Amino acid sequence: MEKRFEVVIVGSGPAGLSAAGRAAELGLSHLLLESTTHLANTIQRYQKGKHVMAEPGFLPLRSSLPFDAGSREDILAAWLQNAKKLGIKVAWNADVTAITGQRGDFVLQTRSGKSVRANHVVLAIGLQGNPRKLGVPGEDQPFVQYQLDDPDEYLNEEIMVVGAGDSAIENAVALARQNKVSLINRRDEFARAKEGNLKQLEDAVERGRIKVFFNSSLRSIEAQSNGEHRAQVSLTTGEGDMQVPVDRIIARLGAIPPRDFVESCGIQFPSRAANAVPELTHQYESNVPGLYVIGALAGYPLIKQAMNQGYEVVEHILGRDIKPVDHGLLAKKFSGLPFGLDVEQTLDKIKKNVLCFGPVNSLRFRELILESDVHTPKAGEVIFSRNDYTNSFYSIVEGSVEIEIDEQTGKRVTVGEGQFFGEMGLISGRRRNATVYAGRYCVLVETPRRTMLRLLSSVDEVRRRIDQVFILRAIHSQFAPNSNLEDLADLVNSAELRQYAPGEVLFAEGESGDELHLVRRGSLTVSRYLHGREVVLSYVPAGKYVGEMGLLGNSRRTASVRAVVPTETVVMKSEPFLALLERDPKLKAQVQTQLQARLRANASMESSTEGGELLSFLMRQGLGEATDVLLIDESLCVRCDNCETACASTHGGTSRLNREAGPSYASIHVPTSCRHCEHPHCMKDCPPDAISRNASGEVVIADNCIGCGNCESNCPYGVIQMAPIGGSQPGLWSRVLFGAEHKKVKDKEAPKRAVKCDMCTNLKGGPACVRACPTGAAVRISPEQFIELVRED
Amino acid sequence: MHGSFLSHRGGFWFWFALTLVLASVVAYVWHEPIGLPNGGSWLGYTLGTIAALLIVWLTLFGVRKRAYYSRLGSVKGWLSAHVYLGGSLLVLGTLHSGFQFGMNIHTLAWLLMVLVIVSGFYGAWVYWRYPNRITRNRDGMTRDLIFREIADIDRKASLIVEGLGSPADRMVISAIQLFQVGGGAWQQLGGRDRSQMMIGVLKEKQKSWKRVSNSRQQRLLDELTGLLSRSTEPKEAALLQELIDLVSRKARLLKQLLNDIRLQGLMEIWLYCHIPLTLALLATLTAHIVSVFFYW
Ligand SMILES: Cc1cc2nc3c(=O)[nH]c(=O)nc-3n(C[C@H](O)[C@H](O)[C@H](O)COP(=O)(O)OP(=O)(O)OC[C@H]3O[C@@H](n4cnc5c(N)ncnc54)[C@H](O)[C@@H]3O)c2cc1C
Ligand code: HEM
Ligand code: SF4
Ligand code: SF4
Repeated sequence: MEKRFEVVIVGSGPAGLSAAGRAAELGLSHLLLESTTHLANTIQRYQKGKHVMAEPGFLPLRSSLPFDAGSREDILAAWLQNAKKLGIKVAWNADVTAITGQRGDFVLQTRSGKSVRANHVVLAIGLQGNPRKLGVPGEDQPFVQYQLDDPDEYLNEEIMVVGAGDSAIENAVALARQNKVSLINRRDEFARAKEGNLKQLEDAVERGRIKVFFNSSLRSIEAQSNGEHRAQVSLTTGEGDMQVPVDRIIARLGAIPPRDFVESCGIQFPSRAANAVPELTHQYESNVPGLYVIGALAGYPLIKQAMNQGYEVVEHILGRDIKPVDHGLLAKKFSGLPFGLDVEQTLDKIKKNVLCFGPVNSLRFRELILESDVHTPKAGEVIFSRNDYTNSFYSIVEGSVEIEIDEQTGKRVTVGEGQFFGEMGLISGRRRNATVYAGRYCVLVETPRRTMLRLLSSVDEVRRRIDQVFILRAIHSQFAPNSNLEDLADLVNSAELRQYAPGEVLFAEGESGDELHLVRRGSLTVSRYLHGREVVLSYVPAGKYVGEMGLLGNSRRTASVRAVVPTETVVMKSEPFLALLERDPKLKAQVQTQLQARLRANASMESSTEGGELLSFLMRQGLGEATDVLLIDESLCVRCDNCETACASTHGGTSRLNREAGPSYASIHVPTSCRHCEHPHCMKDCPPDAISRNASGEVVIADNCIGCGNCESNCPYGVIQMAPIGGSQPGLWSRVLFGAEHKKVKDKEAPKRAVKCDMCTNLKGGPACVRACPTGAAVRISPEQFIELVRED
Repeated sequence: MHGSFLSHRGGFWFWFALTLVLASVVAYVWHEPIGLPNGGSWLGYTLGTIAALLIVWLTLFGVRKRAYYSRLGSVKGWLSAHVYLGGSLLVLGTLHSGFQFGMNIHTLAWLLMVLVIVSGFYGAWVYWRYPNRITRNRDGMTRDLIFREIADIDRKASLIVEGLGSPADRMVISAIQLFQVGGGAWQQLGGRDRSQMMIGVLKEKQKSWKRVSNSRQQRLLDELTGLLSRSTEPKEAALLQELIDLVSRKARLLKQLLNDIRLQGLMEIWLYCHIPLTLALLATLTAHIVSVFFYW
């Protein structure tokens, strides 16, 4: 029987390495399993010379290994040296494929067929996933690679590249400079690849440097000891089977997200959502006793957090009661509270008082509070104002707040202890629709958007509780600010939430139907068939409704309604709604007036088909999810580029807009520039949560950006760039007299940060591009103004 | 919601300038100076002061345009005022002179002022008309896209000629290598194309190669169609036809590109008069004022 380790750690990233380091330091019997042949594969794969940042700055480091901001090379070298010094035991090429058993008796299986036994297992495999293997005999031969660091390393070889994505094409093209390359694609086209890469590939194929096999796949790889080449590959192609001699195989088949593997170990995820993280206890233990999860996989996306957890998890395994490193931070956060309780008691109190946090487990709750702010505002103080663009979520621990739901009458409703508010901005991504005032002695917790979204996708019960209240409040404020909540019960209970994908039809012209849709997230277009074509007539943003005509008696839909972006609506049934209208004649008149206004607007759009075309063009550019967009009227623009120069001069020398790039229609040009989306794609995966939305609506990137580049690749509109920090700005007169330009940082390895349009938040006068345009060609507008723009033209 | 600098704030600066002009004309007609009207009367002084201040202020537009942090109105508003007040200066400055022209520094200042203003009018006109022309000519393309597509065509063409051999290969490749657009200001504004290519000529039974102009790819097209008309081999003919299609497409792109360069050039060139003339004007204006006060 092989030896059983006290603790086996899977994955040597910052989390796993730090855990192994602590175990080694304490002399615990341990083994670190790493699927590659080096430590910390994710960090190894950062670009050469990358400046690694040590966010969050306020968090102290607690680890047996060092870590501070610095170059990737320095950090990796320090880790390697310390791993040796501490005597960490590592097994390389140990790709763990299965974990079975439980505390005291785990068995870990690796791909190469070895098994390892352990009393405790720490899973620290990060989120990057493992490269997908070829899945044929011979896939693990030494000349089969799943990554390519330096294409110039190889010369005059026969190389086979497998894959159809950008990395396969890029590798093939780079290798073709010095080698003979074949590229294997399972399908008959490269549908996923970027335009530029396809051009290069076409080029290389035409020159005979690369041979592409379409509709082909590998059957086996056989090493050859005495041939001219290292191996023989059996291929199945569209034209039959064949044998191809090769020296090297590079497979770029994407990564397998680790989730399936993690679930196969018995660890449960609370929901199917992509950003859900497993349920863990305070001690990072999963639902499988003795199996611990730390690091990025546990939902902590930064190196320092991961290292701290590595240290702590070993302490927990030993049963030591150490205070989490964040104890001091929480104590400071709570210092202004009037409770007179210690940290743990305060946490308990908040959790007990706030209804929607009830279902949250204590580890996640602690993290949530750590990322949240605690406020004790004075009575009457404004928490946020109507039309603010903030999107944080507030819960009331004690006391109450007053929400002014009707601007004209100043009517307020009181929301008391245990309740929450601010969910509308969070969910719709739009401006706040009410002003909130603090009541007496109130204690509030303000939770940032990202934390809340992660919570909503991880804990269904929280989502359900919030949705329920959302529907009630949305209906109340939209249709019946003056009626009692009881009167709305029927309507609210029969309402439901529905999701639509971009392009999906809510209802079509000519159908019969009588449901009313209140848009709570995303946006819609209304269109009609005119002269044999579909013409877009209007745009319906979140917070507005469609379908009221059906309710008011005409049950045949006179127009089609379609989602522009991922959209969610509150669907209301006609009967209870009609009952409400009967009870409230004023409301009925109001709904009718709005309907008339809409019909009139539609009619005027119908008279100009060009307007409709322009509107659909704007929607096709993804502007349906924009909140503020830069447009250029090409019939006015003299191409002086003063807009770009103004932007660069006021933003460290890098223009955040590219005037010339981007499509145009009917002389309206959509340059490449940030649109400040309602639900910014760039925010999706920012490890230090550096991207946020200001009260006035701009999506901005803060200085704690670590330069990972995630946002750059997540933005579908290509408006984010990575730019070196620093440089110097010449004075006004040297620009006027000598045309001096901004001096950029030359050093290629200088730390870089993500930069994008911030709508000149820091300039008092507003966006520099628009103010610097001499001709009036450049305008910034919001989608609500599109109709106006379209009519003008 | 948006509009041209010419109609900024409902043409506010137009009406403002018009009022200024009318007021000064009325004053000029109503005013009965002692002796001939000239700059020395009280009205002359007033008009002169306003005109001089206006010129200084008009020059400051070049500063405001680059003062990106400035919150003093928008550049568009400034340009609107610049254009209309600059135009009114023609009247103000001339009235200030009292139509007393001669061969002196004073008249030189006036003349330079007129030249600056005239060039300004031309500028305002191109700013008004040319953006649309440029947009129409570009037809959804950008310069970058045009260059990329030309490069793409060149690449394809050089692959095709590999199958053709002499003389097509030498002609096509040389046409690619000797392709040249742009150049000096005149070439740009004239939309001239200085591209060349090599063609084979028979001199005393000796074959040699000679450079000829290939403006707008016309010569290359002529040569290729000539080859095609004499071709007897179907495979060769097919390749030649393919080449001709590519080169015609290139010629079309080229026309668009040259037009774009020309239009853009015409839209910018006047500033190269407007600004130096402004500097000359400032210098003579200073001399004019100094001489009037010190040597009068
Ligand atoms: C481009 C980029 C830049 C970044 N920059 C920064 C920065 O400047 N500062 C910062 O704090 N954070 C940064 N981050 C985030 C940081 O890299 C992660 O938070 C951190 O690496 C997470 O550590 P981890 O130990 O949880 O997982 P990882 O670092 O992903 O480590 C997982 C390890 O497990 C191994 N493994 C995976 N599966 C198995 C298996 N089945 N069996 C055995 N081994 C396995 C992998 O090979 C890998 O070595 C950046 C991220 C990216 C993508
Ligand atoms: C004596 C009178 C004038 C002076 C001293 C003057 C001076 C200037 C200066 C210094 C600039 C800045 C150029 C730059 O830095 O790029 C400018 C720009 C310009 N001027 Fe004038 N100008 C005068 C009259 C006029 C008139 C009468 C018109 C039009 C009717 C006019 C139209 C313009 C235009 C269109 C620009 C270009 C704006 C731009 O591209 O940014 N100017 N002028
Ligand atoms: S702002 Fe962008 S580059 Fe910076 S840390 Fe966030 S996702 Fe990464
Ligand atoms: S500043 Fe205005 S006129 Fe100049 S390039 Fe930009 S949009 Fe066009």
